[in-house]
Amino acid sequence: MADAEFDLIVIGGGPGGYVAAIRAAQLGMKTALVEREHLGGICLNWGCIPTKALLRSSEVWHLMQNLSDFGMSADNIKFDIGAVVSRSRGVAKQLSGGIGHLLKKNKVTVFNGAGKLDGAGKVVVDGDKSITAKNVIVATGARARSLPGLEADGDRVWTYREAMVPKVMPKSLLVVGSGAIGVEFASFYNDLGADVTVVEIMDRVLPVEDAEISAMARKSFEKQGMRILTEAKVAELELSQSGVKATVETKDGVETIEAEYVIMAVGIIGNTEDVGLDTTKVEVDRGHIKTNEWNETAEPGVYAIGDVTGPPWLAHKASHEGVICVEKIAGIEGLHPMDKSKIPGCTYARPQVASVGMTEAAAKDAGHEIRVGKFPFMGNGKAIALGDPEGMVKTVFDAKTGELLGAHMIGAEVTELIQGYVVAQTLETTEAELMHTVFPHPTLSEMMHESVLDAYGRAIHF
Amino acid sequence: MATNILMPALSPTMTDGKLARWLVKVGDSVRSGDVIAEIETDKATMEVEAVDEGQVAQLLVDEGAEGVAVNAVIAVLADDGEDVGDVETPEAAKSSSDSTEDAAPAPAAKQDHGDVKATPLAKRIADQSGVSLSGVSGSGPGGKIMKADVLGASGNTEMSAVAVDKGDRVFASPLARRLAAENDLPIEKVPGTGPNGRIIKADIERVLKEGLPAEAKAEEKADAPKTAPPSGSTDDYELIPHTSMRKTIARRLTESKQQVPHFYLTVDCEIDELLRVRKEINARAPEGVKVSVNDFVIKAIAAALRRVPDANSSWTEEGIRRFNMVDVSVAVAIPGGLITPVVRDADTKGLAAISADMQDLAKRARDGKLKPDEYSGGTISVSNLGMFGIKQFDAVINPPQGAILAVGAGEQRPVVKDGRLAIATVMSCTISCDHRVVDGALGAELLQAFKNVIEFPAAMLL
Repeated sequence: MADAEFDLIVIGGGPGGYVAAIRAAQLGMKTALVEREHLGGICLNWGCIPTKALLRSSEVWHLMQNLSDFGMSADNIKFDIGAVVSRSRGVAKQLSGGIGHLLKKNKVTVFNGAGKLDGAGKVVVDGDKSITAKNVIVATGARARSLPGLEADGDRVWTYREAMVPKVMPKSLLVVGSGAIGVEFASFYNDLGADVTVVEIMDRVLPVEDAEISAMARKSFEKQGMRILTEAKVAELELSQSGVKATVETKDGVETIEAEYVIMAVGIIGNTEDVGLDTTKVEVDRGHIKTNEWNETAEPGVYAIGDVTGPPWLAHKASHEGVICVEKIAGIEGLHPMDKSKIPGCTYARPQVASVGMTEAAAKDAGHEIRVGKFPFMGNGKAIALGDPEGMVKTVFDAKTGELLGAHMIGAEVTELIQGYVVAQTLETTEAELMHTVFPHPTLSEMMHESVLDAYGRAIHF
Repeated sequence: MATNILMPALSPTMTDGKLARWLVKVGDSVRSGDVIAEIETDKATMEVEAVDEGQVAQLLVDEGAEGVAVNAVIAVLADDGEDVGDVETPEAAKSSSDSTEDAAPAPAAKQDHGDVKATPLAKRIADQSGVSLSGVSGSGPGGKIMKADVLGASGNTEMSAVAVDKGDRVFASPLARRLAAENDLPIEKVPGTGPNGRIIKADIERVLKEGLPAEAKAEEKADAPKTAPPSGSTDDYELIPHTSMRKTIARRLTESKQQVPHFYLTVDCEIDELLRVRKEINARAPEGVKVSVNDFVIKAIAAALRRVPDANSSWTEEGIRRFNMVDVSVAVAIPGGLITPVVRDADTKGLAAISADMQDLAKRARDGKLKPDEYSGGTISVSNLGMFGIKQFDAVINPPQGAILAVGAGEQRPVVKDGRLAIATVMSCTISCDHRVVDGALGAELLQAFKNVIEFPAAMLL
């Protein structure tokens, strides 16, 4: 049966899977995409996009609370959490529909159903329809990791999924985990007026970021009224009439924290079950599919990309892997495997955090002799004009070669700025080209210039 | 009927030349065999004889004009009886004479810019306008030659519209260029694996680790017909194209002599004791170990540097680098040039270890099998020409080092001891110091320490 034979089958329609499918179609492959729930995956439906919509609302709310700073006033301002949530859902829905059109335009055949490998080269959709292809890409994504004894119940103990669609505005909230997901929800609810406590097992919030950035983020969150406990561990959650009672072990002793709701944000785990991996030689290690640098699994013809293969759990990493994986299958020459050291990461809390490459500590650990540049938002005209004078742009250079090893930013709109440094890294510019680049005035981007100059003792405005 | 006189080719490979002198003027009558002009190439000056009879109607190229293309019309002869004023300037001659100033034909202008730091655009313009980049001073970052510098040097104010030959351009990332320059790697020979063959950091690192691909392969890749070096041999001499080693020697040593303020100190060392100790050591040494006088010299200068650590230094713009390790570079003559393999930590090594190091390094140096990190990064150099009977010489400092020791032959000389004439084996040693780092007294202290150790080899045990 001809319509069941493909060149490539992609299982999973998230940002890894649908991008891989479109790229494959562009390269002339007859491509099928199997999606069990909705196109766009977690990112678009339950992750990146709807949370950005929520955070936009909380940002607007924050501005409204501070109208007088801008010479304005308004009475009787309020928000409706239901309307905030439905705007967020609307944004996700609009984009998910868009993915369907893109796939159709590129002549990718979409199967709505759960795809399951039946040996290499064969995928069964919803248990009844078999399709075949020489190559199969597993892009099934991941879900929230749960800790034993601290499982989310969807009622009082939430994962990101429930946290995204609250029915009522919580008065108090305990967020377990201070990675990007935890911190974004903490920031959202804190801005809307909830009493928020964040518990982090490591010694700082946003533990993957540069230590200095983590410290600034923590200071800012605490100034906004958040309570942050680091080197602390939730030992027990006990449901009560009005919410949850958490037993938290800190380095100073055991503390009981009561909150209406709890958000568990302690990482994610790959969706490796029910994909039929057991019918293949694909190896799974601690919840993630093992692949080589070309996303090849232990089973020839079966590839895996994105969250299901492990960290960093980022949509753009999944998409990029998808493209490289497909191009490799197509035999395109001159490919390089993905350089995971050049994947930017963004956190959309208030303040925002964005970074790429090595932290100062990582660069030192790797044996680099480094030069570090820093420039504060306080020294930037646009930041002052925006009313956002808090933040910093930090750059780390190899002192010998001038290679930009890493860049770390905190403050307004830094998630939009980081890309400048990512391009610089990819093109392998040195400090010289960055110094010679003209940055437009007045913009926040000028801080990126100044930070580079500062690394060489040449900052102008600070 | 007018006769055109063309620019002759003085050798099969000549593409252009300089019209050094006219020996006729307009209106002169010439006969076949008359010398009418002198043409100069980079190789020779030759006379141009008239082949026809007639009257000189026009001289189309000014005296001293350079880059006159072969077969361009340089003069026009009127036939006897023809009015010289009536002779029209040939079309070809117009354009040819117009372009003599700045536009040599493209193939002739193709230059090897391998070791010159210049932007790709600057290189292209230099090729098109026949400007040698070695004579252009760069105003860009790190002295990089920019477009404006080349235009300034060529007296040109705008880019000529010559079609761009893409093959001329080396596509490389700034970081790759810098790494190549730092490692004296001819970047145009490095195979690029980035987009469209762009040379990226990983390519440089690979070549540093694995070496350049076979020469023939590199030549083939480099578009052989166009880039073949001018084989300008004549009966008088043979033109030997520069190897990259030759270019490196030329560049680094010219730079050293021009930029490093050298001064020289010479001391006579009596080495009878050393020769006695050496004989003793070699007599008792295990099979295969044979310590040379030069091994003693390496050990002695290392020990001296340990005693006078301020001299173990190198000048940088930021400050004087005083090294914690004593690594001695030793000049080794190899076919086509020389190379300076490094005996690491010579101060802490015993004579046998130094001897073994040297034998291994020298052998592999002659076989061309040294790795870059084995011939870069010493803190001082030793050059020994004693085996040729050289009594004394002054060596050129090997940048960025602060000093080099030139060692002459150990020979029996009359010396005065306790008021009496005696015979001693004397070896004259001259140290060249970089006055920016090592002042006279410091250099003298170092040489004195060296003398003490070399004359009393037992001091090496201290």
